[in-house]
Amino acid sequence: MEDKILKSSIERFKRTPMPKQPPEVRIRNFNEVALGFTPEQAMNEAKRCLQCPEPKCIGGCPVEINIPLFIKQIAEGNFDAAIKTIRETNNLPAITGRVCPQEVQCEGVCVLAKRNAPLAIGALERFAADYELSKGGPKVAEVAKKTGKKVAVVGSGPAGLTVAGDLAKLGHEVTIFEALHAPGGVLAYGIPEFRLPKSILNTEVNYVKQLGAEIKLDVVIGRTLTIEELFEMGFNAVFIGTGAGSPKFLNIPGEELNGVYSANEFLTRCNLMKAYKFGEYDTPIKVGENVTVVGAGNTAMDSARTALRLGAANVTIVYRRTEAEMPARAEEIENAKEEGVKLQLLTNPIKLIGENGWVKRMECIKMQLGEADESGRRRPVPIPNSNFYFDSDQVIIAIGRYPNPIIAQTTKGLKVTKDGLIIADEKGRTSRKGIWAGGDIVTGEATVISAMGAGKKAAKDMHEYLMKL
Amino acid sequence: MHKILKKVQLCPIVYLMEVEAPLIARKNKPGQFVVLRVYEKGERIPLTIVNSDEKRGSITLIFQVAGKTTKLLSKLNEGDYIMNIVGPLGKPTEIEHYGTVVLIGGGVGAAEIYPEAKAFKAAGNYVIGIVGARTASLLILENELKQVCNEFYIATDDGSKGHHGFVSDVLKQLIDKGVKIDLVYAVGPTIMMKVISNLTKPYGIKTLVSLNPIMLDATGMCGVCRVKVGGEIKFACVDGPEFDGHLVDFDLLIARQRTYLDEEKKILEIYEEMEKS
Repeated sequence: MEDKILKSSIERFKRTPMPKQPPEVRIRNFNEVALGFTPEQAMNEAKRCLQCPEPKCIGGCPVEINIPLFIKQIAEGNFDAAIKTIRETNNLPAITGRVCPQEVQCEGVCVLAKRNAPLAIGALERFAADYELSKGGPKVAEVAKKTGKKVAVVGSGPAGLTVAGDLAKLGHEVTIFEALHAPGGVLAYGIPEFRLPKSILNTEVNYVKQLGAEIKLDVVIGRTLTIEELFEMGFNAVFIGTGAGSPKFLNIPGEELNGVYSANEFLTRCNLMKAYKFGEYDTPIKVGENVTVVGAGNTAMDSARTALRLGAANVTIVYRRTEAEMPARAEEIENAKEEGVKLQLLTNPIKLIGENGWVKRMECIKMQLGEADESGRRRPVPIPNSNFYFDSDQVIIAIGRYPNPIIAQTTKGLKVTKDGLIIADEKGRTSRKGIWAGGDIVTGEATVISAMGAGKKAAKDMHEYLMKL
Repeated sequence: MHKILKKVQLCPIVYLMEVEAPLIARKNKPGQFVVLRVYEKGERIPLTIVNSDEKRGSITLIFQVAGKTTKLLSKLNEGDYIMNIVGPLGKPTEIEHYGTVVLIGGGVGAAEIYPEAKAFKAAGNYVIGIVGARTASLLILENELKQVCNEFYIATDDGSKGHHGFVSDVLKQLIDKGVKIDLVYAVGPTIMMKVISNLTKPYGIKTLVSLNPIMLDATGMCGVCRVKVGGEIKFACVDGPEFDGHLVDFDLLIARQRTYLDEEKKILEIYEEMEKS
């Protein structure tokens, strides 16, 4: 008897690993890396949940999914109920199950984490969402009676899709305006197929459409139409979810050389324009022999792994801090390392050196960690006279993005910070009545789920506002 | 989807298309451009808006057949559709009363100075137009420009019409004659814009150039169109496309424009092979 209890408690500490394509196979294709749990794996993993009386995981989730409940439902094999529970607060579970940084959210506060490994909440969320997809996709929720109120949503990324879905469900007439020719924002142009298949994105976008939201593509708000004009056209409220779309560069000599890409350009060519199928698709992309990616966030990992798949011989991440400070999701860092991406840590590029207009080498300086900065992370400090060079015929800069300034420049009375972020309170209200904002355009670069969380809160407040009109 | 209302072949390699785009037509100002994608698997390319008609809800584009995308576009006919058009993008030209404005268009750039000529004329400027082409048969919008410009000159590389030589020679002659020029506005091949800017610089003549780097989203998102202006990096799609010609690093722009030459050739070859079979 004791043995059995002991065995079950040991089982409890063992996290079910995510089945994945083997590294040597997956670096030759763009298919999804993580394959997802089988029903049996999902149920076994779900049974590890302690069903804490005061669960911490819910608070760790930016959209407060009732995690213990959906886990219990999976453990019981009631997958339909599980996805229903998730969908109560999360419109895009197949996406968040794949791209959330669970280790700093729900899984980061999971009690099991202290003993060994946290419950695989993200993988289970994804399992439930994929189960639903395999059964023909989400059942369209009942839509409330038409309110006759019109809402414009600017941007079709995670924040915009959430607001649109929630407000359409409440009976408002919602139009999403998207600048690009495909919906999804960063989910379409930024996150690669091997991490978030476009088919998954399309299902979630279609769900929002089925709720009644209309998506107008190829409309740049601030250019094609201004926010003022949206009000003139009869929209009663506007949500701005335009994200952080303008790439940062290093501002070092040589950055203008051919072969130097912003991560946004590199990933947009590959993801949105399908340049990895060049020949069938018309948009070209270059790939070097020795590719260097500067930065260590998810975008950097995505760029590095994309370069490998395009056929780069060597891909190196250059980062000025250590692995412990790398901001990417733990799983993506692990995946990148498995695939052969090298890490050149405590290193900062100071010059790009070209030949005939093309980048060939990089001059770097070694760094060491000094005092903690405002972010709490130890500040990297250059070590004098530690300069060194290495060959790099392609450099991808993935050090972050600024907010796109077009809307702030063209909307009177909309207050922004000195960095160009739109100022909004926790309900998403901006300085202009009738205009809400949320996601990266308010917070600066953050996560898909926090943008969705902001969208949820804004939608709730917008609904109250609209019903009083 | 944008319906093609009118298609005219202006010369063996240049086409005019009037396409339905009511929202863009309402907003367009001289100097702005659109990005279009011909079909599902196509690339996004920028094209200057040559004219817009708010009543007809249409814009006019003029393009030279150069690669696969423009070739595909040239095969479309009236009644066909272009899959995506987004705009108007870029900052409009600041149309002011300068006095005498010389507008210079090289090749298909002649189309791009047409809306500028109209706008500068309407603002009370004395407008001198200079257009250049390799040979007389490639000249476009000659009559239209003649009508709107106070003076109009032609230069051809082979001397088949107008001045035998380059547009820059004509400009030089005007300067040498003592014509007081308050603004030069040049659009065309990058090398032409470089030569013009180098020519006007010692005379201190304000010179605007409309740059045509590679673009992708053209909303400030990717940075591929970055150009060096006065030592600073600018994104041509949102900070331009017009810049002070005396500050632009043209050699860098020329190098960056050549990034995908091999790929452009390859995709065109694949397409032409397919067409044959």
